[in-house]
Amino acid sequence: MTYALEISALAKTYKGGFQALKGIDLTVSQGDFFALLGPNGAGKSTSIGVITSLVNKTGGQVKVFGYDIDTDLEKAKSFIGLVPQEFNFSQFEPLINILVNQAGYYGVSKTVAIERAEKYLRQLELWDKRDEPARSLSGGMKRRLMIARALMHEPKMLILDEPTAGVDIELRRSMWDFLRELNQQGITIILTTHYLEEAEMLCRNIAIIDGGEIVEDTSMKKLLAQLDTETFVFDIKAGKSINELEQFAEQSSTIAYRVVDDHTLEVDLNKSQNLNQAFEQLIAANIEVLSMRNKSNRLEALFVSLINNKPSKAKAKAKQASAAVGAN
Amino acid sequence: MNNSIALKSILTKEIQRFMRIWVQTLVPPAITISLYFVIFGSLIGSRIGEMGGFDYMSFIVPGLIMMSVITNSYSNVASSFFSAKWQRNVEEMLVAPVPNWVIVAGYVGGGMCRGILVGLIVTLVSLLFVDIQLHNIWIIIATVTLTSATFALGGLINAIFAGSFDDISIIPTFILTPLTYLGGVFYSISLLPEFWQGVSQANPIVYMVNAFRYGFLGISDVSLVTAFAVISFFIVTLFTIAMVLISKGIGLRS
Repeated sequence: MTYALEISALAKTYKGGFQALKGIDLTVSQGDFFALLGPNGAGKSTSIGVITSLVNKTGGQVKVFGYDIDTDLEKAKSFIGLVPQEFNFSQFEPLINILVNQAGYYGVSKTVAIERAEKYLRQLELWDKRDEPARSLSGGMKRRLMIARALMHEPKMLILDEPTAGVDIELRRSMWDFLRELNQQGITIILTTHYLEEAEMLCRNIAIIDGGEIVEDTSMKKLLAQLDTETFVFDIKAGKSINELEQFAEQSSTIAYRVVDDHTLEVDLNKSQNLNQAFEQLIAANIEVLSMRNKSNRLEALFVSLINNKPSKAKAKAKQASAAVGAN
Repeated sequence: MNNSIALKSILTKEIQRFMRIWVQTLVPPAITISLYFVIFGSLIGSRIGEMGGFDYMSFIVPGLIMMSVITNSYSNVASSFFSAKWQRNVEEMLVAPVPNWVIVAGYVGGGMCRGILVGLIVTLVSLLFVDIQLHNIWIIIATVTLTSATFALGGLINAIFAGSFDDISIIPTFILTPLTYLGGVFYSISLLPEFWQGVSQANPIVYMVNAFRYGFLGISDVSLVTAFAVISFFIVTLFTIAMVLISKGIGLRS
């Protein structure tokens, strides 16, 4: 089956000599909900820029639904809808004109474009603002406008570069539902985000990019399975002193507890342990747990560990080469 | 992909843009030209007498109309395309399967529409001051169309290279305005000493103004064939440059 996106040996070196992409390989299947994560300056936006032809690559190949951007650029572009990181619409034009014109660039007739504009503006709760200039919208509304604009030609693949940045929680969740719905309709979605919870909740597959190299490319399930330790926070009923709690923590040889204060305990559980074991010990010590939560986002922990600890592809290659030289 | 719809979309957007801000785009040329008519035509012109066999006011009308067409065609595309770059909404077109020639044609078409519309407004204003003669309407239409296309292309190239709003005012101020004033709008180049007549022939605006004046009055300092050849040469050259720049993504793609 043809991939929605197939990238091989993609390289980009900017004029000043900065190597933003160092020959990355990546595939995204049709219908996937794919996360591309990485710290600032890792190469996410450059990758998206190359795919959408806003950045000229210096090496490698990009195919969109089998069409090479070097030989079939216009065909490849017709499959992509882009929601960029920065607001990039005319601030002075009314919303309806922005959408209808955008559809026109893809050859969609005005009649059809007006119907679609109404559909997406209503779905994204912007219909009442249709005749207002874009500059009058709030930040969240502008983000939704860019999503509506990207959908006007009904693309087979939607690329969203930090679509929920600066959007409040309620709106973010409604955008997640909207994106899930689009994905269920068969649209391939590629998402970059700083909210790792967002990637964990939405995406089935994930690639992590750092320093212009892909450091991880796997399914979300497999990635999360790599997590060795998870930290839980227990809110406990008052009645135990800090000394008593610290004594309890020291006595436990199997599970690592940390006393935060006289009503909070943290516990680190590795893969071989489970919460029941912790609860058995807490009950035996007559410590009542009132509530419990994850200390941090699981993906975030993995992300930090991968970025900090994973040797780069270049380093790994160098290591292999030196091992080979040593063997000879 | 239906390129005609894409072209129509860019053109519509461009026309909507200058119509939305008509107070800035359509009214000032009418006021400026009225002042030219009052000062150079009525007050000073009455003391100058005839030029090329016509009273001075009738002589300068075609040049003044052409000056408005040139300035407005150029500045429309320069400011609109640069604003699109600056606000990054040019990316709307760059990510879409719009061929480069459609982008060029759309913006140039928008500039031509504004240039020609302003030309019409100025012509109507001039009717308040002088009875306009028509010698050959087809020459008028051909000259105004080709000239507006030439300067719209020039404005586009300026905007592609521009890095700031200052950059789109440098060329009109330091090159376009002097060339227009020295392009035979207010005088016949036959009045100049021979050396300066030769120098004037290197100014493309001389050919445009004279061809246009021929359409109204039937007089010209240059041959019409040469005039249309020069204008056509500039259109082909500027179009080629614009296409190469957009294809390479100069000032548009990193």
